[in-house]
Amino acid sequence: MIEARSLSKRFQDKKRGEIRAVDGVSFRCEPGKIYGLLGANGAGKTTTLRMLATILEPTDGTAIVAGYDVVEQPEKVRANVGFLSTATALYPRLTAQEMVEYFGRLNGLDEVTLKKRVDEIFARLEMDGFRERRCDKLSTGMKQKVSIARTLVHDPVVMIFDEPTLGLDVMTARTIVTFIRECRDRGKTVIFSTHVMSEVEKLCDTIGIIHGGKLLAEGTLAHLRAKYGEQDLEEIFVKIVGPLQVGAEA
Amino acid sequence: MSARNIRCIYRKELTEWLRDRRTLISTVLVPLLMFPLMMVGFSALAIMLIGQAKKETPKVMVLGGADSPEILESIHKLGSVEIVPPAANWKDQISNKEIRAAVAIPDGFQSALAQGDTKTVNIYFYEGEMKSSFGADRLEKYFNDYRDRVIRDRLAARKLPETILKPFEVKQENVAPPEKVGGAAFGGFIGYMVILLCMTGAMYPAIDLTAGEKERGTMETILTSAVSRMDIVLGKFFLVLSASLATATLSVISMAGSFAILGRYHAFGDGHGPDLHLQIGVKSAASIFLMALPLAVLFSAVLMTIALFAKSHKEAQSYLTPMTFAVVIPAVASLMPGVELSAKLALIPILNTSLVCKEIVTGTYHWNYIALIFLSTCVYAAAALFLATKMFQRESVLFRS
Repeated sequence: MIEARSLSKRFQDKKRGEIRAVDGVSFRCEPGKIYGLLGANGAGKTTTLRMLATILEPTDGTAIVAGYDVVEQPEKVRANVGFLSTATALYPRLTAQEMVEYFGRLNGLDEVTLKKRVDEIFARLEMDGFRERRCDKLSTGMKQKVSIARTLVHDPVVMIFDEPTLGLDVMTARTIVTFIRECRDRGKTVIFSTHVMSEVEKLCDTIGIIHGGKLLAEGTLAHLRAKYGEQDLEEIFVKIVGPLQVGAEA
Repeated sequence: MSARNIRCIYRKELTEWLRDRRTLISTVLVPLLMFPLMMVGFSALAIMLIGQAKKETPKVMVLGGADSPEILESIHKLGSVEIVPPAANWKDQISNKEIRAAVAIPDGFQSALAQGDTKTVNIYFYEGEMKSSFGADRLEKYFNDYRDRVIRDRLAARKLPETILKPFEVKQENVAPPEKVGGAAFGGFIGYMVILLCMTGAMYPAIDLTAGEKERGTMETILTSAVSRMDIVLGKFFLVLSASLATATLSVISMAGSFAILGRYHAFGDGHGPDLHLQIGVKSAASIFLMALPLAVLFSAVLMTIALFAKSHKEAQSYLTPMTFAVVIPAVASLMPGVELSAKLALIPILNTSLVCKEIVTGTYHWNYIALIFLSTCVYAAAALFLATKMFQRESVLFRS
């Protein structure tokens, strides 16, 4: 489970002064469900997810992830989280197998369990054909599979995806979407950020709309449709964010 | 902090490092080939060039001397030089390397000698040009020999012994063993090279494991794992340190081998100069390594800290280039004449290690200074490592955009 409690993150910028990247965001994400964080570029999605994955420390507030506090027990949180984004690259000079094994060891797996897990994942993701190939020699699709294997190797209960399909071709993006569904079906708590409306419509049980670091609306797709009187998610999004966007631009 | 995690990160970094061709060049090939090339190669080249220059019969011009036919005739009979006809543009000919030197015989030189008067013979040459110097040397030797003959004839005419001009001899004699003489001549250079290679060996991996990882996007990947940032920075640090020490070790081995080859073929000097025999024994090599160890820690930690600020490989290189000067200047200072180890200098990082390496190579072990230098460098190294671990905790550094 993930529970964000008034999460805030402020950065200092020499030119712009204090920036509130995330401002008092609270939400709850249950096991076996997918929570979609929908927002434009710079809305605060990545910062929020990075705080949940303990890559960044909140300035205020906290979050409970898999039963651990992100501020107090960051290492325990990470041991129970799989984090995937297009920014999390692979080590070019390691083979696919070495890459996955490395992260298994870093996440505390013993050698026997690690071997079993690696064999299992490689078979499941059909990766045996490029097991010994170096990551810098893999295609984009193969790289994505290695990244997925890397996030799964320690069998985390929480999966965090930060714009995982950004810049990927249709087939590779489908692999990711299928993988996200599988995670939900296996009872994992899943949160993912995107600005692609169709992905949200297809995948998410709960949608949170974030803008300017604030969570402006939250609910199921049906709930949002009823509340804002629109069927199309894009229209709903514009209705929620639009006035603020215009205000910000003015 | 977990030793298992640090070991795991170190092993992974080592695997990647050994698979990088650039690593082989900077850590293995450069130190292994640089010394043999620099010392054996350059020495052999210099010996060959000097030998060739000596074999040449220099073209020289004799200016004047029409009223000194005997001298003129004996110069023309010299086999060691080739006399060319006098010309008005003799200066240009020397500058253009058409002739190597010219000698001006003063008017009435022969008759002045007969009367016991003093005249000056001028030899003209191209300063800094080796072949011109050899030409001038041969002319000077001829006139020195001629002067000695004149003196001997004059003394014989007066029935005086030759010793009247040299009542006693003055001679300098070296009492230091050849190893120490060689050490004094090359010890500073060895310290300088070890220090420089300790730093250059650490530079590439320090950049690659920090700014390089940021640029490739793998920094965020490792930060998502369950290990602490302290473990990550220490795992990376040990790899940078290994690279630094590997470079330094290979350079010492390479230097020892180069000096051994030079010693075997007596490449130093031409037999007339001092015996620059240099041997880097196991004790000296081990001592140099031991003194370089805390310095390698210092370099590794400082380079990592600075490189971590950068967003890319290129940016890190521009930050670290000035570091080379910061290392070279104190290392070179130790080569200055008269710069000797003292309690104050023993506290100045880099300079102290360079100075102590110089002493070690000559076989001199000032244990109090060695302890002071080792401890002070350890303190600096620990401070730098502490700073590196602190930097790795800072989000503003790790996620600088």
